[in-house]
This record gives sequence, C-alpha cells and structure tokens, in this order.
Amino acid sequence: MVTLKELSAEELFASGHRLCAGCGEGIINRMTMKALRGPTVIVAATGCSEVATTIYPFTSWRIPWAHVAFENAAAVASGIVEAYNAMARRGAWDKKVDVIAMAGDGGTYDIGIQALSGALERGHDFLYICYDNEAYMNTGIQRSGATPHGAETTTSPAGNVIPGKPEWKKDLIGICAAHGIEYAATASPAYWNDCIMKVRKGIEVNGPAVIDVLSPCPLGWRHDSARSIEMVRLAVETRYFPIYEFERGKYKLNLNISKPKPVEEFLKLQGRFGHLFKPTYRKNVIDEIQQNVDANWNRILKLCAN
Amino acid sequence: MTIVGLTGDEAVAYAVKQSKVDIVAAYPITPQTIMVERFSKYVADGEVQTGYVCVESEHSALSACVGASLTGARVFTATASQGLALMHEMLYIASGLRCPIVMGVANRALSAPINIHGDHSDMMGSRDSGWVQIYAENAQEAYDWTIMAFKIAEDNDVQLPVSMNLDGFIISHCMEGVDLLEDEAVNRFLQTRKPLFTIDPEKPITVGALCFTDYYFEFKRQQVEAMQNVSGVLDRVCKEYRGVSGRNYGALETFGMEDAEAAIICLGSTAGTAREVARKLRAQGKKVGVVKLWLYRPFPIEEVSAALKRVKALAVFDKAISFGAPYGALCSDVVSALHTLKEEPKILNVVYGLGGRDITPSDIELVFNEALDTAKLGIVKEKAMFLGVRE
Amino acid sequence: MTSDKKGGWKSLPMGAVVLDAGSSLKYKTGDWRAFQPVVDKEKCVNCLICWIYCPDSAIIRREKWIEINYDYCKGCGICAHECPTKAITMVEEQK
Repeated sequence: MVTLKELSAEELFASGHRLCAGCGEGIINRMTMKALRGPTVIVAATGCSEVATTIYPFTSWRIPWAHVAFENAAAVASGIVEAYNAMARRGAWDKKVDVIAMAGDGGTYDIGIQALSGALERGHDFLYICYDNEAYMNTGIQRSGATPHGAETTTSPAGNVIPGKPEWKKDLIGICAAHGIEYAATASPAYWNDCIMKVRKGIEVNGPAVIDVLSPCPLGWRHDSARSIEMVRLAVETRYFPIYEFERGKYKLNLNISKPKPVEEFLKLQGRFGHLFKPTYRKNVIDEIQQNVDANWNRILKLCAN
Repeated sequence: MTIVGLTGDEAVAYAVKQSKVDIVAAYPITPQTIMVERFSKYVADGEVQTGYVCVESEHSALSACVGASLTGARVFTATASQGLALMHEMLYIASGLRCPIVMGVANRALSAPINIHGDHSDMMGSRDSGWVQIYAENAQEAYDWTIMAFKIAEDNDVQLPVSMNLDGFIISHCMEGVDLLEDEAVNRFLQTRKPLFTIDPEKPITVGALCFTDYYFEFKRQQVEAMQNVSGVLDRVCKEYRGVSGRNYGALETFGMEDAEAAIICLGSTAGTAREVARKLRAQGKKVGVVKLWLYRPFPIEEVSAALKRVKALAVFDKAISFGAPYGALCSDVVSALHTLKEEPKILNVVYGLGGRDITPSDIELVFNEALDTAKLGIVKEKAMFLGVRE
Repeated sequence: MTSDKKGGWKSLPMGAVVLDAGSSLKYKTGDWRAFQPVVDKEKCVNCLICWIYCPDSAIIRREKWIEINYDYCKGCGICAHECPTKAITMVEEQK
C-alpha cells in the first residue's frame, strides 16, 4: 500500500508526447515510472506508446529506452538483461538495472507471443507489461487475440451477418502461468494502488513477471476521453476484467466484486459495442458476453480456491 | 604456431571463444549447428564467460543480439538459409541502429524446395541490408575473418554489423588444419569494445525513435558513409592482422592476374578449385587467372576494376539466382564496377552450385576454355550459363 | 540541399539516437485542447487523484492544491471527471 503523496513527484515520463487525449497508455507509463525502485531500462515494442512518445528528435522518456521492432520486446529485453550480467562477470558493469519490456496486446498476445514465451521459458529477470487496449490500435483499430467477443474493429466489423469479433479473448495469465513463472497478474489503472504495487512487485521478482494492464482507448473503444478511467473501473466492477494474480503457483483474487454490475453497463458506454444494442443482436450477443463473464469469474474463483 | 584440425564451423566457434564475446544468442540451423553446439560446450565447460541465450527463433536471436549490443557488449550470432530469411527485418534494424554485431553464416540454399546444402542465395537475398559482407574460402579464412570482423564492425568509422560467410557443408563441415593464434595475441589485437553510445541509466538516451519524412533520409545517408569507410578500415585491420598472424588479407585475392586474358571471379570455396584449374592451365601456357573476392559489401569497385583491367573475357560465378534480373547478383555488381574501365571485358555469367550442386575441376576448365575462346574471338557465345544443371 | 535547423546527416547523432532525455518538453501539446480544466482552489483538497490519472503529466503538485500545466494539457477531461470534490470544471477554450 502506498499513498499518492508518497509517490515521487518527479515525472520520468515527460509531457509533450503525442498520445491521444485521455490515452490509457499515457496513464500506464506514468504509473510504471512511479513504481521504479532504481536504475531502469525500458524496452518498447512498436505501438501507440512507442510511436507517440519518441518522435525524433523528441522523447518523453527520462530513463534509457529502446525500441527495436514489433514482435520482439521480450527477446530484446532478454539480450539486455544477459548482456548486463555478462559485462558484470568480466568486471565491466557494476550497476543493478531493472529491465521492463512494454508492449501492446498486439505485440504480446499475437505477433509477440513467441518471443514472450521464449523469454519466460528461459527465465530472464525482467518485467513484461502489456498495455491491453484489446486491439491493434496504432495501425487503426484492427482486431487482436485480446479483442473481446462482439467488439467491433476494422477487421472484425459489425456487419449485416457477423456482429463484431466472433472469437473470444485469449487467456494471457493462463499462458504465462503455464510457463511456471513466479508472477503474472492483471491490473487496471483505475485501481492505481493495486496497479503501481503490482508493477513494483513484478520488478522485485527474481525472474520473469508479466502484468496485463487494461488500457482504455477513447478512439478505439469509442468513448468520451474524460471517461477513460471510468471505463477501466467499470470493466472491473462488472467482472469483465477480473483483477487477480498468479504468484508461485497460487492464484489470488485481488479485488473481489461481490455485487457485480451487469456487463451491459460497461458495454453500453462504448461505440465498439454499440451495434450489440440494436434489436437484431441484443438478445444473443450481450447475453453470450454476460454468460462468458460469469463463467470466467467462476473459473478464476475455482483457481483461487485451490 | 598451433595447427588444429577444425571444420569451418568449429574454426568460427573457436574464433568467437578467443574474441571474448559477451553474448551469443543463436538458434540452430543446418549447416551452422556445429558453431552453436561447439560454443555451448565452451560455455558448459566454463572456458568462456559468455552469456549464451538459447533463443526460440532466429528472429529472436538477432533481436536479443541487438538488445545486448545496445548495452555496449560484444555480440555474436550465427545462422543460415531459412534462419537468415526469418531474421530479415532484424538485419536492417541491426544496421540501422548501428550495432557492431558479427554473424557467422554457413551459406545454404533458400527454400522452396527445401535444401540443406550450400549456395549463396541466403546472404545474396540480404545484400541491401546494410551489413558488411565477407566470404571465406576455407576454415582458416573463416577463423581469421571472424576475429577481424569484430575489429572492423566496432571501428568508430564503421559501427555496422558484419556477416562472415562460409559455404555450407563444403567449408562448414570440412576439416582442415587451421593455424590458431594464441589467446593473448587475439586479446591484444581486439581489445575490449569501446561503444560510441550505450543504454546506461546514468546517461539516459532513447534508441529507436520514430523518424518521419523529415529525418529518416539523413540516418540512411550516415549508413552509406559508414559503409564507404569500411574499405579503408578493412585495409588497416588486415595490415594489423598480418603483423599478428603473418597472413595476408584484403578486399580480394588474385592468382595469375598479372597476364590473364580470361579470368574467373567468384566468392568462397569455388576459388580454391578454380585456382587449381588455373594453375594446371597456366602450366599449359594458357593465360588464365582467378579473382577471389573476400569483401562483397561494400563492393570493392576500385580493387575489382584494377584486378580486371587487362582481362578480355571474364566469367562471373554466381552461386545464387537473382530471378528476373539481367545478371546474377555478383555479376551485376561486377558489370557496374567495370563500367569505369575504358575497355570492359566480355562478360559470361555462370550460375552454378545451386542447392549444393557440386562444381568440378572439369566444369571450371570448360568455363576457362569458353572464356579463352571469347577472349580470342571477341564474341560471347552464351551470356548466361547454368553450369551443372541437367537439361 | 542546405541543412536547416533540423541538422544534416553529418551533424546528427549516429543512428537516430536521442541524447536529450525528456526533449518532448519542447513540444507543447496544449494547443490540442478544445476544453480546458479550471481548478476551484477552494474545493481542491489536494488528494492527487487527478495527478495520478493524468496521461500527460500535466498536473503540478503544489503545497495546498494542484495546478494545471496548460502548456501540455490536452483537455481530455479525466481530471474533472474523477475529481472527488468536483473541483475541476471543463471550460471551452477561448481562441
């Protein structure tokens, strides 16, 4: 637990970047910077944050930051971690540096899954943060493996025959847990304390740690930019995005939502789900989503009970 | 002088061991596998302090290498064929981010059809990627060039990645007596890498920024300059290496070119066979010669023009096809380079050896005789020849 | 081609490395706004909720209340929406 006043006022993530007004990634970048414990290097995958925060010759990052490509944040981070270790072995490096890889859901769930899997299996000491805004936002809102069922994206449009994405969201925490890593967790920036503490925990873990942070996207989700935090609070309050962690083989629910709001409360505020409220789809898809939310919640409760 | 029986792959692994590399991140692929396997044994036996990252793909191999290189570490990787093709985007990124990575490539044919044997299609497919490219004729050269590659790559005027190529199976798996330097000699020659910039929390920098239309061009122009600087740096490094090893290296090596009227120019192991054939034909009074290019990128225009200026007919050996192009890759470059000569030799492009198809002395003798005919008559009977293919 | 203030290939740092950490401060995003947040200092309890949620690091912590850094504030409205005492109002930009 930490109070806001205890957090450093220093802004290691500087203003002047060109993320959209109300962008969740900006909030997640700031919260991450507040959670650092010492010298840190960021490895970013191609994506909104990478592109908008480092337009040459401007950079918002006041700590070392490297972007290499889209699908390899975890592989690049692996190289950096081991290089510092190697240089330390020959007496050429004596600093303890934390390495954090940051990538969107595109660069994590889909094109980046291989590199992430490899890095987790090899057990490098780094933290991996996924800005999960549930689509390939930077290239214009195309569907990803993290896009939820029924969401409209440009490659899963709501058409006359198909009402948005047919498939369901991948279980990233399950995938990470299956690698036997020490720590994997979900987080929502609306719960800033939980989010910041988790980033810090992930940094402190000796080995790989993964945090999937739900990131509101006013443009892609189609909601008022002022409601960005409200979106990712509702996501939790409706059990749509459960906040839980996997630590040393055990699951733990961090935020128990005993009286959940119907998922419809979350869906109705976003343009990407707007088509579901039309008479054609209303009965089917929203019900499907609610059933899935309930089933997923029960699944997680069961995991936590073991 | 220590002569050890080593295959090309083993010789490269040994050179990497002596070069005090900090990180090797690599993925196995035939015929490079022995490089990584031999190196893993050095690590397991504690003979090196290198961090060996067993990555899950070649793309991740070069990605991890780029990350490591950005910290200021000395880095090596190795691959071939499909692996090189898989890391294709990373090749451009490594050179664009100015990482002095050295990569051993056991040249192998590209699918499809799948073929595990040696030809140059893999590296030829990446010739525009901004990597310095060197070709070794045998295990000795593979050993020597690997060591020199680090020095060339890390030079302040270069700061580019270097690929050290050796023919898959023909060199990679062929055992020869390799004259090894003492560890101390390699240490003194190479010394520790002194990077121009690193990702260091004490001096935070941003690497890999987005460059719009107003900046991208300038950084590419910087790479052009660096590539041009390679010639001078290579000469200097080879001269210094001669002092350490007694062996002569440079952009290219010639045989019989002082009076050759017909010549063959090629890369890699074929030069050895060609030289033997040339020796035999020269003994018969035929004026033939061989030019072996060590340095392919940057293309040594001046050295090639100078070597070929008296030649009347030139057979350019391409161990890869450039589909749809007027000539094979090497031939295109040679023809462009020779454009500056007052009298250009007649060109015969020989595509050969694809998928590891063997090339024999009698094949080469056939080409030399063709070239000699062309030199005498002044006409080229067949501009392009597919040597060794069944019709 | 003459090189203007952006610098030519000879003078720019190698490999597009940005040596000036935090140089984005030179780029004022304040002119993106259509609405600007206005703080009622009487109502502000300095809870810092707006500060932690601002994507643009545009909230300045003062001793007794917060201030908006209008050089960079994009007018997203999160601060006004989340403020527990309703101390912040979004007011249309006067051009």
